[in-house]
Amino acid sequence: MADARADTTLRISGLKVSVGPFQVVDGVNIDIGKGEIVALVGESGSGKSLTALSAMGLLSGRVVQSGGDILLNGERIDPLDEQEMSRLRGTRISMIFQEPIASLNPLLSVGEQVAESLFVHGRAGRAEAWSKAVQMLADVGIPEPEKRARQFAWELSGGMCQRVMIASALIAEPDLLIADEPTTALDVTVQAQILDLMRRLRDKTGTSILIITHDMGVVASIADRVCVMYGGRVVEQAEVHQLFRAPQHPYTKLLLTTIPKITDTPKEELYSIKGTVPDISAFPKGCRFRTRCPLADDVCLLSPELEAATGAQGGLVACWHSDKTETLQ
Amino acid sequence: MSEAQREPEQSPRPVLLQVDTLKVHFPSGRKSLFGEEQVVKAVDGVSFRVHEGETVAIVGESGCGKSTTGNAILGLAPVTEGRVSFRGRDIAGLGPEERASMWRNLQVVFQDPVAALNPKRTIGQSIAEPLAINKVPKTQQNERVATLLDLVGLNPGQKDRFPNELSGGQRQRVVIARALALEPDLIICDEPVSALDVSIQSQILNLLMKLQRDLGLAYLFISHDLSVVRHIADRVIVMYLGHIVEQGPADILFRAPRHPYTEALLSAIPLPDPVLERAKKRVLLEGDLPSPVDPPKGCPFVTRCPIREARCADEKPALRQDEYGRETACFLR
Repeated sequence: MADARADTTLRISGLKVSVGPFQVVDGVNIDIGKGEIVALVGESGSGKSLTALSAMGLLSGRVVQSGGDILLNGERIDPLDEQEMSRLRGTRISMIFQEPIASLNPLLSVGEQVAESLFVHGRAGRAEAWSKAVQMLADVGIPEPEKRARQFAWELSGGMCQRVMIASALIAEPDLLIADEPTTALDVTVQAQILDLMRRLRDKTGTSILIITHDMGVVASIADRVCVMYGGRVVEQAEVHQLFRAPQHPYTKLLLTTIPKITDTPKEELYSIKGTVPDISAFPKGCRFRTRCPLADDVCLLSPELEAATGAQGGLVACWHSDKTETLQ
Repeated sequence: MSEAQREPEQSPRPVLLQVDTLKVHFPSGRKSLFGEEQVVKAVDGVSFRVHEGETVAIVGESGCGKSTTGNAILGLAPVTEGRVSFRGRDIAGLGPEERASMWRNLQVVFQDPVAALNPKRTIGQSIAEPLAINKVPKTQQNERVATLLDLVGLNPGQKDRFPNELSGGQRQRVVIARALALEPDLIICDEPVSALDVSIQSQILNLLMKLQRDLGLAYLFISHDLSVVRHIADRVIVMYLGHIVEQGPADILFRAPRHPYTEALLSAIPLPDPVLERAKKRVLLEGDLPSPVDPPKGCPFVTRCPIREARCADEKPALRQDEYGRETACFLR
């Protein structure tokens, strides 16, 4: 991977996370450039959410970061330094989650919650923070923002709450927004609105976005670059068009083949990947996709490194047989 | 009056399930300003039928009443008005024995296989339960469990496993095996793959399609995921705020949606292809679903409709059938 450049907002380097004896994130490297939208895709147990939580310093209990570095604008941050992290959170890195209603405080009006990150960090007085919050609510497309600002989360719909979350995440103009399945709990018509909003905010403010999702449609819609995770490792990384046009890792290729698409011929048998997503307590030795991969052989008992892909410019892939991925149906 | 009373020309197959102007209204638990009890009109006059061996999908977003419709058919939600009949017999008027025989023919698969299986029973015991209730002899039960496990792609040797020893996809296979135990004619599938990982969804969809081919099953398939519905459905019903706004053959509905809501719903699905996805024309809807306690007086979709006119706010459009067998409730289309 290239050296840290000035325009790299976030660099996750060699990240390891363990839960008790199990290594659930195993050496993940991700760079997010300024104003870039990077999607982190994977299924359950792939380690995508833990990777994001590590960057926010939000791991807790038995889940600990056991290795690696996180650099924000080239400076190493220490996720264990609670004071430093709480200064960074909400000002330079913000995060939104899947369940907007669960993430909002039911006892504070939404306006107070949006304004909070400004006056808590001493960036504005209460009155100024409030008027900025109302403006921010308007920016994220909430009608009648003055009235809505006085309402509570439970008075608003899920889509509205997610807009409030985005407003409170972006009001302090952070360098990076981490969005963990931000539209999974929302209806598709509302999802389309929220994706559109995130795209426009990035264009306007230049905020970098790391979006975590399992939905390849969401990836295709919003991402500039994609990291595909499987079994706690990044198995492929590429520019979005390249990833969909010429996936280099067998898992990416098969995943794209297996998902039901609205453009498919109906009633036809879908291609399916054999086996199931491995449990964190029983990752296979070597390449973790080995047991489900049609290309696997003895070489795959050794873990492949994430290296420049031969078939795709600028892309990275962790597979011994990526030259044969194209032949997979 | 009721649109379902008109016999569609196609489908010579016998009708299994018929739903006529079904209404399910719940008390909201709140009173209005004038002390009247407010009601949530979860399902408000829905009519459709399911024929033998076909898959009818009900689609729509949360709060549209699709699951409540399924629950009302299953007797899990109170029917306020209207009629549900199975093989021509009104479900409400059945005696205990007829009712039991109907339940043998009508089964259900829910979204969450973890909640649907008793964690303290082996999967073999769970699958055998409907057999035991229907007094199938023990020896035959074991044989049948083995056949069923095989049918859903599990190893019959796994019958002594507990649900927690299985993956999500395997557990959903067990739930399907149990639903098949009494050889039903119709299975109501309420979001059967939504809780599963994407690489597992296609396995379960293939299984459902194979079982339909082999056993001649009919499905009432309730889902919010239109890509999944595209694969499995013969006919599609689109619901919005307790009403059917459009229904018809899947192929026509997906290729040429007519109702502005169906159009918006289809255009909102992000396509897993950045070239198509970024080039496509989007119909972005404004706002959110209105409250089912206080739905619009006219067309249920009027508050968000991009093509609405004045009369849409006052009059409720009825479903009108076109030459393709598609029924649309819209004045303007």
